[in-house]
Amino acid sequence: MTLLSTKSSLPVSRPTRRAAKRLTVPRVFLHLGLIAWGLASILPLVWMISASLQTNAEIYGGVHLIPENPQWGNYVRAWDQSSFSDYFFNSVLYTVSVVGGTVLFASLSAYAFARMQFPGKRVLYGAFLVFLFIPIPGAFIPLYLVLANMGLLDTQLGYILPMINGSLPVAMFILRAFFEQIPKELEEAAFIDGASRLQVFTMIAFPLARPAVATVVILTVLGVWNEYVLASVVFSNQALLPLQVGLLSFQGSYFSQYGLMMAATTITTLPIIIVYLMFQKNIIRGVMAGAVKG
Amino acid sequence: MNSARVLAKAQRISLVETQVSAPLAAGIAKRSGQLPGPRRFSRRRRAEMITAYLFILPTLALFSVFSVYPFARTVELSFTDWDGLSRTFNGVGLDNYFAAFRDGIWWGSIWNGLILAVVALVLMQGLGLLLAIAVDRKLVGQTIYRTVFYIPPILSGIVVATIWKWLYEPNNGVINSTLESIGLGELAQPWLGNPATALWAISLVSIWQGVGYPFLLFLAGLQGISGEIYEAAKMDGASGSQIFRTITIPLLRPVIGIVSVLTFLGAMQTFNLVIAMTGGGPGYATEVPILHIYRAAFGGTPDFGYASALSIIFGMMLFGVSMISLYLTRRSRDEQS
Repeated sequence: MTLLSTKSSLPVSRPTRRAAKRLTVPRVFLHLGLIAWGLASILPLVWMISASLQTNAEIYGGVHLIPENPQWGNYVRAWDQSSFSDYFFNSVLYTVSVVGGTVLFASLSAYAFARMQFPGKRVLYGAFLVFLFIPIPGAFIPLYLVLANMGLLDTQLGYILPMINGSLPVAMFILRAFFEQIPKELEEAAFIDGASRLQVFTMIAFPLARPAVATVVILTVLGVWNEYVLASVVFSNQALLPLQVGLLSFQGSYFSQYGLMMAATTITTLPIIIVYLMFQKNIIRGVMAGAVKG
Repeated sequence: MNSARVLAKAQRISLVETQVSAPLAAGIAKRSGQLPGPRRFSRRRRAEMITAYLFILPTLALFSVFSVYPFARTVELSFTDWDGLSRTFNGVGLDNYFAAFRDGIWWGSIWNGLILAVVALVLMQGLGLLLAIAVDRKLVGQTIYRTVFYIPPILSGIVVATIWKWLYEPNNGVINSTLESIGLGELAQPWLGNPATALWAISLVSIWQGVGYPFLLFLAGLQGISGEIYEAAKMDGASGSQIFRTITIPLLRPVIGIVSVLTFLGAMQTFNLVIAMTGGGPGYATEVPILHIYRAAFGGTPDFGYASALSIIFGMMLFGVSMISLYLTRRSRDEQS
């Protein structure tokens, strides 16, 4: 009854459009249901923030959302203790490096696959897609061995390089589709002016692909910031741990101090929520692009 | 969309023609027929090839070292008894595979994974589809709903587990306290510490976190269905439920197929939630396949050979199931058209 076709912009269908916005009884129930799930989606986060501002006694005293006397000190203590600030900056470093590497390598290869002719192109691209689609559970075992052989175990590079590799297939998939849509005339004009492939790529194709690059950046940021397994396999040196592994070891040492733990959890979560709210359009586009790969 | 693509293709074809003829003509004119066109052309092509290979070189190098080689190495190691530390190891044939067959905890972990997967396929997908249908219309606040519903999926498993572990806390966690305050105190229990409830408690968290994903994909699928089809059906007097059964579901079937495979793969490979909430316990009540593989490789008695065999077995199972369901989706779609 409310499904409108694209034709609804015609003046004739004006009454229907107004009907769509009117609040009817079923519509109220619809909203109530959606609001209920929306609340369910964010309530745990609200509890997390609320508990992060309470003292232990307050938390043990019973459930209430508004802290009596906000304990901002929880954040200061979480930040200072057990090198939590180190974990944070490690995560920032890994995220920036992996994003940089992924964008650079993926855009170069995606451009080659989209625009250039060379023997083996189909086979190679097929191989990339196969590894994108085949699940390799427990890939961390052989990765551990490779890194050990290369002497990269427990080093920053030993984490960054495999993480770039892990982000490449989806990134290439998104970028290749975008490069293929760019009209060729734009590049042809540059070639006639004597530009090389590399110049055409850096000065025309890559700048035009900015929306796709933004999507790749956001998806990679989410992936690296939230990664746990590989980091737990690669690192044994506490000083190199990223946030997710650090958070778990933090819990081990402060498991009875909920206020402190929730402050640490909030510090881990807040950056990703801010990034999400800022770039949610790119994220949603990326999720959809990533799923069509099948 | 389509006409634009056709147009672009037509332009590309015409461009190729001019591209081929112009340099040829120029070359022949310049050298007054001395050098045959094709040779000059192939030299240019060779330069293009080299550039292309240089462009894909970094990707190819990483891919070979960190994807292809490890994959081959896993296959190789699965036939050995290597512990990951010693300098030497022996080939043991299929022993690791036989051992996996007799490993009750391993099959228990697969069973647990299947429970998580079935619950996700039914509840998570169902709820996701329901929400997508509810939001897919001219609805006030559509963007807000979409934004809020996708918040849980962007959180890390470790963070989600930390928060929920505290909500499930036996003595003063939010869930038990709430149950007591509404007079259902007898229901209160250590949700994660009780072997009868632990897996279901984890399943609930993974559904809470995961619903946003199928929701978003279904919403994209629904928005791809043209409104005119609905309009036509309505003009023919079709009821709401008829439209749902005969138009929405059939047209959404390819999306449902892909989402099912992704949901299945995700649930079977649950790891972060489990390691941060129960560590596989109590006992082995929440042991999941990836955790079992992880422990085989890095646990008390490391056995890389055995862990590799497990990961090959598990990988083949997942691959097999996804291929079969994708094939079935494709076939049912072909039959329709």
